[in-house]
Amino acid sequence: MGVRGRYEHDIEDVQNELIKLCKLSISQLDLTFKSFINKDLKLAREIINKDTEINHLEELINDRVILIMTRQQPVAKDLRRLVVLLKAASDMERVGDYAVNIAKETIRIGDSQFITSVELIEDMFLKTSAMLNQVVEAFVEENTTKAKEVADFDDQIDEMYGSMITQLMKLSSVRPENISQITNLAFICRFIERCADLATNIAEYLFYLKKGQRFDLNN
Amino acid sequence: MIKNDTEKLTLKSSENVGEETSTKIITTKDTVFQSKNFDLWYGDHHALKDINLDIKENEVTAIIGPSGCGKSTYIKALNRMVELVPIVKTNGEISYRGRNIFEGNYEVEELRTKVGMVFQKPNPFPKSIYDNIAYGPRIHGIKNKRVLDEIVEKSLRGAAIWDEVKDRLNQNAYGLSGGQQQRICIARCLAIEPDVILMDEPTSALDPISTLKVEELVQEIKHKYSIIIVTHNMQQAARISDKTAFFLNGEVVEFDHTDKIFSTPTDQRTEDYISGRFG
Repeated sequence: MGVRGRYEHDIEDVQNELIKLCKLSISQLDLTFKSFINKDLKLAREIINKDTEINHLEELINDRVILIMTRQQPVAKDLRRLVVLLKAASDMERVGDYAVNIAKETIRIGDSQFITSVELIEDMFLKTSAMLNQVVEAFVEENTTKAKEVADFDDQIDEMYGSMITQLMKLSSVRPENISQITNLAFICRFIERCADLATNIAEYLFYLKKGQRFDLNN
Repeated sequence: MIKNDTEKLTLKSSENVGEETSTKIITTKDTVFQSKNFDLWYGDHHALKDINLDIKENEVTAIIGPSGCGKSTYIKALNRMVELVPIVKTNGEISYRGRNIFEGNYEVEELRTKVGMVFQKPNPFPKSIYDNIAYGPRIHGIKNKRVLDEIVEKSLRGAAIWDEVKDRLNQNAYGLSGGQQQRICIARCLAIEPDVILMDEPTSALDPISTLKVEELVQEIKHKYSIIIVTHNMQQAARISDKTAFFLNGEVVEFDHTDKIFSTPTDQRTEDYISGRFG
């Protein structure tokens, strides 16, 4: 163990908690996809209940980071790592919240038939989940090339979101009686698109962690 | 945290993501001390190696590094105190306001009038508070009581201790607390109106509150003086200095804005030292 073995161990522990939080949030998003496609309302309710676990994990990470800052006065890369852990925990907790929001929209749609093809939404789900998994991998490996790829994926999600919203807008004038489901689907698209944005944020944090400078990967 | 001379990057293409940007210290302030290829030996021991540092006026420059890295030797070279060690040899140049201090006809008294020093352990004279402060001005020939009174008050106010001692100026300075004694030493230093104040671990013997008072004082007086402080306390260097030089094995590993040194140091050895991995 080095001069600051305990300190390094504590930071590593918090990072592991973050990875746990990431996996939990991504798994929630994957389950909402299943629940949405299969109209599994029971599963949707389970997703909503499980969110407290994610919230607690984020609070735990916050508390532990604050404690390390107080006791160890980190500087340079250690300090950046702790700041990044705080921010990434907050963003991944938001992913969990969006999963809950999607589950709620799924419940609102209920067992009625989809009024339009949801293939694009399925694609958005799968790509966003892949982005989130890759950004976690990039973070663990501190691999900025992988992180940059995640940001590139985000442009595709934005395009898909644009197309789906256009499709839904057109439908609203043709089938105004289905405005309720059209709104539900539009919200779901928006929530998935936000999850992809959050994956990009985490990719940016990795650059900040490694280089100490802020990079806008969305441009 | 990164500001001043580094620009925030907004990247548009994947090729240049993560490219390093160089940080240059750009300042219009005058140089107080300039060291050029300065070497120092204690006998055979090469204690300072090829030191090149520009220290600017009205700034606090912190010198950090592990024990034996040469930081105290360096500031003792700045007022030629190192010459008190008989086996010292030097090479290269240290200029104070453009003049090499090791030049044959440079009077050391003249240098030390301009370059005051505060030491690790408070070292007031065994005299009254008043006489401690008036000591330097008296040596410089000031006898007029009214003028001395003014200097004493001004210096004690400058060292943020006037209110604590104004009613007991004739009491022995030894009766003060360690923190007060250190501020008396700073006041004694200010009384000769120096240009530069060298501080060699000035708070390492003080309690936390006295330490913060001295740190606050350093911030207040830097507008009038240039301050060079050697410290083992890295948080102190981060709190009070404008620039930081990291010394290791007699060499300057990195010299930059303190913000840069403590957020994104360039050299891995600096990062390891400031984050406590060695030292």
